[in-house]
Amino acid sequence: MDATPETSYRLRGETGDWEVVIGLEVHAQVISTAKLFSGASTTFGAAPNSQVSLVDAAMPGMLPVINRACVEQAVRTGLGLRAHINTTSVFARKNYFYADLPQGYQISQYEQPIVGEGSLVLDMPDGASRTVGIERLHLEQDAGKSLHDQHPSRSFIDLNRSGVALMEIVSKPDMRSPEEAGAYLRKLRSILRYLGTCDGNMEEGSMRADVNVSVRKVGEPGLRTRCEVKNVNSVRFVMQAIEVEAMRHIEIWESGAEVEQETRLFDPARGETRSMRSKEEAHDYRYFPDPDLLPLTFDDAFVDRIRATLPELPDDKKARFIADYGLTPYDASVLVVDRKEADFFEAVAKGRDGKAAANWVISTLFGTLNKRGVGIEDSPVSAENLGKLIDLIADDTISGRIAKEVYEIMVETGGAPDAIVEERGLKQVTDTGAIEAAIDQVMAANPDKVEQVKGGKEKLLGWFTGQVMKATQGKANPGMVNELLKKKILG
Amino acid sequence: MTALTDLTIAEARAGLAAGDFTATELTEAHLAAMEARAGLNAYITPTAERALAMAKTSDARIHAGQAGTMEGIPIAMKDLFCTNGVRTTAGSTILGTFVPPYESTVSAKLWDAGAVLLGKANQDEFAMGSSNETSAFGNAVNPWTRAGDPDTTLVPGGSSGGSAAAVAGRIAMAATGTDTGGSIRQPASFCGIVGLKPTYGRCSRWGIVAFASSLDQAGPMARTVTDTAIMMGAMAGHDPQDSTSAPVAVPDFAAAVEQGVKGLKVGIPKEYRPEQGLSPEIDAIWAQGMAMLRDAGAETVDISLPHTKYALPTYYIIAPAEASSNLARYDGVRYGLRVLEEGDSLNDMYCKTRAAGFGAEVKRRILIGTYALSAGYYDAYYLKAQKVRTLIAQDFKAAFDGGVDVILTPTTPSAAFPIGAEIDDPVTMYLNDVFTVPTSLAGLPGLSVPVALTSEGLPQGLQLIGRPFDEETVLRAGRALEKAAGFTAKPRLLEG
Repeated sequence: MDATPETSYRLRGETGDWEVVIGLEVHAQVISTAKLFSGASTTFGAAPNSQVSLVDAAMPGMLPVINRACVEQAVRTGLGLRAHINTTSVFARKNYFYADLPQGYQISQYEQPIVGEGSLVLDMPDGASRTVGIERLHLEQDAGKSLHDQHPSRSFIDLNRSGVALMEIVSKPDMRSPEEAGAYLRKLRSILRYLGTCDGNMEEGSMRADVNVSVRKVGEPGLRTRCEVKNVNSVRFVMQAIEVEAMRHIEIWESGAEVEQETRLFDPARGETRSMRSKEEAHDYRYFPDPDLLPLTFDDAFVDRIRATLPELPDDKKARFIADYGLTPYDASVLVVDRKEADFFEAVAKGRDGKAAANWVISTLFGTLNKRGVGIEDSPVSAENLGKLIDLIADDTISGRIAKEVYEIMVETGGAPDAIVEERGLKQVTDTGAIEAAIDQVMAANPDKVEQVKGGKEKLLGWFTGQVMKATQGKANPGMVNELLKKKILG
Repeated sequence: MTALTDLTIAEARAGLAAGDFTATELTEAHLAAMEARAGLNAYITPTAERALAMAKTSDARIHAGQAGTMEGIPIAMKDLFCTNGVRTTAGSTILGTFVPPYESTVSAKLWDAGAVLLGKANQDEFAMGSSNETSAFGNAVNPWTRAGDPDTTLVPGGSSGGSAAAVAGRIAMAATGTDTGGSIRQPASFCGIVGLKPTYGRCSRWGIVAFASSLDQAGPMARTVTDTAIMMGAMAGHDPQDSTSAPVAVPDFAAAVEQGVKGLKVGIPKEYRPEQGLSPEIDAIWAQGMAMLRDAGAETVDISLPHTKYALPTYYIIAPAEASSNLARYDGVRYGLRVLEEGDSLNDMYCKTRAAGFGAEVKRRILIGTYALSAGYYDAYYLKAQKVRTLIAQDFKAAFDGGVDVILTPTTPSAAFPIGAEIDDPVTMYLNDVFTVPTSLAGLPGLSVPVALTSEGLPQGLQLIGRPFDEETVLRAGRALEKAAGFTAKPRLLEG
């Protein structure tokens, strides 16, 4: 494992080059039908305060009861992060007052989380892999939502989210560039989605990141003071926030001042971070074990049962794609990001040339999906048809060029490629006689060019190929055209 | 004929079954007594209409042969139990108008068993107090007065003071209490009735306004050990809605009561002795209790519970720490009191609401608890207290492992005191719980049984402590004491 990855990312200051040190705390909403400690529903977008149980509203005398499904999801996620699972963990109360925190405390895990150390592999754009350490994963309740913009003098509270289960996934400070932080978030999201433990939708707030940033001189041992940028809600903003926060630190250090440890907020509109609260203003959360809950315990068999249901995860799938389909690491990592896309690719590639399949899926199909703004599940071209199209190229029924045309028709009509080729008469012409006839016509019309080729200007052969293809509406087999042209003109 | 309000639950059940009187008549008699003795201030919210409606239902069930174990028995419900549609204040201004839309598990079980709600009993605010004087609704009054001193009003004890006063004053046949550090046993002792704090986890805490979650336990208060056992049976049981409720079977407590104590080993802890400050008078009553049990065939053995002296300070770290967090929800946002003036910020609202809504003792404990949990002090206070708590529990375990079946101690270091005598001195007030707190910290069952009158003519109880979930042995021993003591004295208030 490579805990301190090599990176070339450097920020240039007046006093030299700086390195940025990044750790991420990701809050991932657990996919479950009910909340962490109550039976209330967790559906997104319901009418305000319509999904609030007596427990969620912290009515007097109400008590939390752990939702087993959420525990399973946390263990599942821990296994997906190759992490140590703690068969005993403890829920603690994090005490602070806020209007959307009904109990006056958040039930979280503090000293004894359900999941301990693990790791996550980053797939970098250059095809390289880097490992980032996972410090811990713990379960906790989400708070409600305060709405300050509904009334000129009042604030409204929506408790639908109050009590919803979150996994807080804490990385080690192992990342050294905004790109790595972005890759970390994308990879984590990919794993969570594979596992079905979090939908990873940052825009709906079901995945949010707190970013810890510090800087140090290149080669400097130890870490300098860090700041925490809270609640950043997109991969792009996380990357931007790191850059501007790191630059802020460098300016402070280089001015001879000291960076103060504090919590900050990122303002994407202004492209800056600003102070939320200083160390002095930091809450004293008065953590203590929640006396309403017994320690959370389960046995190894419980963990093993969950382990047995894990899907093949992105890293394993990527390795298999490279081995079985001969893909490049980069192509494989692109294809495995989304489990449905990976499945689609495999359906296309099975029994065919894997590289060709990968090209079609990545370069052509993903482009179509992007353009249409739809996911793989709404692909206008089925895996079966895309596979057939590749078959038609492989057995010389159509040329690559015609294939693109057929593909466009498939996108428009959803039709099968063989039928389209048949109906529209796009079959490749491999009849030597027909091709020779076309060549003869072109030669007859361009005697001067024929002479030039014969005189040694063989580059012009390409022009002839184009003319012949044009004459056959692209249906002639280009290889045969080339061969016959050479034979006819050069003898 | 004995007045209906003087009957025990066991007698009333027999009378109801025989048709000697109806549940409605029984309830009416109690409602009349409640009015006559309103001066006890035992109820914060009487529920006469509901009581009569419930009694009517009980009569129908008795008639149909479907009577539950508490059918038609009129009881007081401590105002810490949330009751659906009935104001539940916890003795506090901050919940002064709070009407829960739900029913606590324990009260629901009692209604299922046929009990009739006479009203919500007075108590110390959020169960924090040993005299009922911290109630925002005025203190309940002990029906007992000192011999020859009828004008000095005495406290009923606390926090379940209203419950104890109601049962002793014959304006409820029994009552629920809750006990965190002695809140059932101490008022039971002060008012000359029986009170049982069951093993932690025996009764569900769901729907009971929380004081200190790791200590709070609901229990019955009644005039006899048998009545206590009957009511205990109706209150106990595992509740999946309370994670700390124990999944253990509920035995037939009432059947255990008459099994005698022959051959039982009764532990007498030396740390509760006069050398440790116990008054000679209470020591003498304790010695009487030992003799009674020996006469009934038990053996008394000296034991040591070496960490006893740390129990009170340990309790006064842990209980306030948990309370400081449990009471954070009373913030004026969703229910209960809200004090908010034009232009106030959220923090203003918190401060004003909690300043106006909580009384002095509650504020004191929130401050103590907040301090004990704060960064830099947590290890020295809360964590240390938890370790000592474990040692205290181990003391008891060692005694029981050593062959002791039950432990006998005084319930309180003194009998009831006058209203106002201790309220300005919290430490003296806290000392009321010195004998009950160790049991609470260890989570063990503790029963207070009245055994004698002091020289001042006030009732004094002795406490029996048992193994976890062995309320049966505790009740058996309690019944032996009760029989031997023949405690029949009544509050002078009732002698007219």
